[in-house]
Amino acid sequence: MVEKASKKNNNESIDRDGFGPSTVQDEVVLELKNLQTHFTTKWGTVKACDGVSYAVRKGETLGVVGESGSGKSVTALSIMRLIQSPPGLIAGGEVILNGRNILELSEKEMTRVRGGEISMILQDPMQALNPVFDIDDQVGEAIGIHQGLKGKSRFEKVVDALRKVRIPAPDTRAKDYPHQLSGGMRQRVVGAIGISSNPSVIIADEPTTSLDVTIQAAYLRLLKQIQSETGAAIIFITHDFGIVAKMCDRVAVMYAGRIVEMADCREIFNNPLHEYTKALIGSVPKLEEKTGRLPQIEGQPPLLYNLPPGDAFAPRSPLEYDEKDAMIRPELVEVKPGHFVQMSRCSVADFDKYKDLVSY
Amino acid sequence: MTTTEKRDYSTVPSAIGCSNDGDPIIQVRNIRKWYQVNKGLPIIGSFDWLKAVDDVSFDVPAGKTIGLVGESGCGKTTTAKMVLGLENPSTDGEVPVGSIYFQGEDVTQLSGAGRREMRRSVQAVFQDPWSSLNPRMRVNTIISEPLEINTTMTKKERDTRAGDLLAEVGLNPYQGNLYPHEFSGGQRQRIGIARALALNPKLIVLDEPVSALDVSIRAQIMNLLVDLQNEHDLAYILIAHNLATVRYMCHRTAVMYLGVIQEYGDTEEIFAEPTHLYTNALISAALPSHPDIQRDEIVLPGEVVSPVNPPVGDVFMTRTPLPVRKNHKYTKERPPLVEVGKDHYVVETPWSTVTGHDLSEFKLSVDQEMQE
Repeated sequence: MVEKASKKNNNESIDRDGFGPSTVQDEVVLELKNLQTHFTTKWGTVKACDGVSYAVRKGETLGVVGESGSGKSVTALSIMRLIQSPPGLIAGGEVILNGRNILELSEKEMTRVRGGEISMILQDPMQALNPVFDIDDQVGEAIGIHQGLKGKSRFEKVVDALRKVRIPAPDTRAKDYPHQLSGGMRQRVVGAIGISSNPSVIIADEPTTSLDVTIQAAYLRLLKQIQSETGAAIIFITHDFGIVAKMCDRVAVMYAGRIVEMADCREIFNNPLHEYTKALIGSVPKLEEKTGRLPQIEGQPPLLYNLPPGDAFAPRSPLEYDEKDAMIRPELVEVKPGHFVQMSRCSVADFDKYKDLVSY
Repeated sequence: MTTTEKRDYSTVPSAIGCSNDGDPIIQVRNIRKWYQVNKGLPIIGSFDWLKAVDDVSFDVPAGKTIGLVGESGCGKTTTAKMVLGLENPSTDGEVPVGSIYFQGEDVTQLSGAGRREMRRSVQAVFQDPWSSLNPRMRVNTIISEPLEINTTMTKKERDTRAGDLLAEVGLNPYQGNLYPHEFSGGQRQRIGIARALALNPKLIVLDEPVSALDVSIRAQIMNLLVDLQNEHDLAYILIAHNLATVRYMCHRTAVMYLGVIQEYGDTEEIFAEPTHLYTNALISAALPSHPDIQRDEIVLPGEVVSPVNPPVGDVFMTRTPLPVRKNHKYTKERPPLVEVGKDHYVVETPWSTVTGHDLSEFKLSVDQEMQE
């Protein structure tokens, strides 16, 4: 009864996303400041992540949305410092995790952070799991490294982690091999590895794209539950605004290595300003009603080694614009508290309304 | 090229939910695909039946799209393979015989010329545009390969046709000289569609044509498919697990579970009033299009059951949260589809439909989700 009452209280106080009681707290766990990741290729330097800044608070879910090649995964890999160098290079910026810049840590210190304080759930569970080791070995490896446990106590922790991701009969399942599990169960094991050391940030890179709808729904529910239990911040990388609508507190939309719009989840759906955001939301058919002809974004995502000098979205923008404006590199402007837009005359229809905020 | 004579559908057996209206291209009647699988014991004659598709019937009228929806393993791809002629329906001694009819004729009885016409008329577009195009062939060769096999066109004519087809799917004719790896995913899917269009087909089987693509490219491909359908009066069989895609593209929908159609009929009817519990569960699990839309999710107990030796009666019996009466006749025989509305058919047993049941206790509301 007591639990119920306190819960209701919670509900009233912070229900920001409409997804029941929000777990968001004010403490910032991870902050990116002007992160830049470049790759050297035979066509020239690719700025896959070109000055990305965002912050994630404790218990918050940040959705990072964009097409393939927009730099959303590279940003995540840069946070984990998993960019292979060469050809990749974290050329500038800071990644501040729990108060310290992890880009300055040594590789040895980073190994403790990676999978410990910050962990990643990958897209394809069949590739993330090694087929020749059983589940106990693979979940236990992470626990062994980060908590220094061995033998029976390690096994108990493994079973515990598997129980947390709601795998039935965890003590017998721990001795199974990946091929003995269904796709949804495999993805849960990958999740168990991710949460086994109570990370403060979980990066989920499209963890549900290969799953069926019902299994996807169960998995998303599970992530929410884990978040409410542990208070971890989740960075959810996806290209599907449906997942954003269901899961996220805030959204950052990326295009060509930069953030073009960032706002609260509701704000992005109700009041998108950038044409790219509008198009991404509009081009998804709706389940709730019969959709007329879908609006589509013309053209292809740009090649990152051959970007237009100014506004990268201009060539695909449905607005009419002056070539001169397209040459200006737009800056990210806060148009409302918490709502940032990359202000360009070519790709923001309401540009004139916010003209005073822009320096050009 | 196309024959306009009146087709004779009199030999096609009737089935519930299927009529001969609208010039059906393909009519599927009671087809089954059962595979023999070993029990694991080395005893001769000891095997189980894996019933991938069990007694499925539907019509594909000209110019319309029929959607097959369901979770993986429900038999939708096997059904499509049989329509394409890549698998033959089971006709083993123990298995009751059904058949597929092409323009009113049983495909197993077709003459050589008739069979060739069917092969030309039924084409496919596959899910993964990275593995369905031969990386060592130029795009022109990929697109004109069906023409080389099926027509007497010269090389020059074929290349012109390939250029026309590329233009039709929104690519530049000069791109025909490139190799598949030089294209992005959406463009590759366009090449796949151009190849399927080469022989002026009447029906294209689309196996998850957009699920491997970026969301922004999906709209382009879906719009292209709808435009081509209107222009050429094409029929589509669309296999998908995304219900929003189905609602956007399909005129008729069949929801499959464990090789059996559970709900079938007009797409709008089904989405307006989903009657089968399974359909409701699928809809409730789908992602919302706005953060304000919240669906209480119906969670079915257990996981998808293996199609090896499925229940003899209603296949949905083992997944329903409603009580199953042990001695009910549908625990021992397959329940038929019943008409519940205009062009809306559903497998009706006391435990498989939502009508007359209070489902609130099986729904996970938002609060419970957090508590569970």
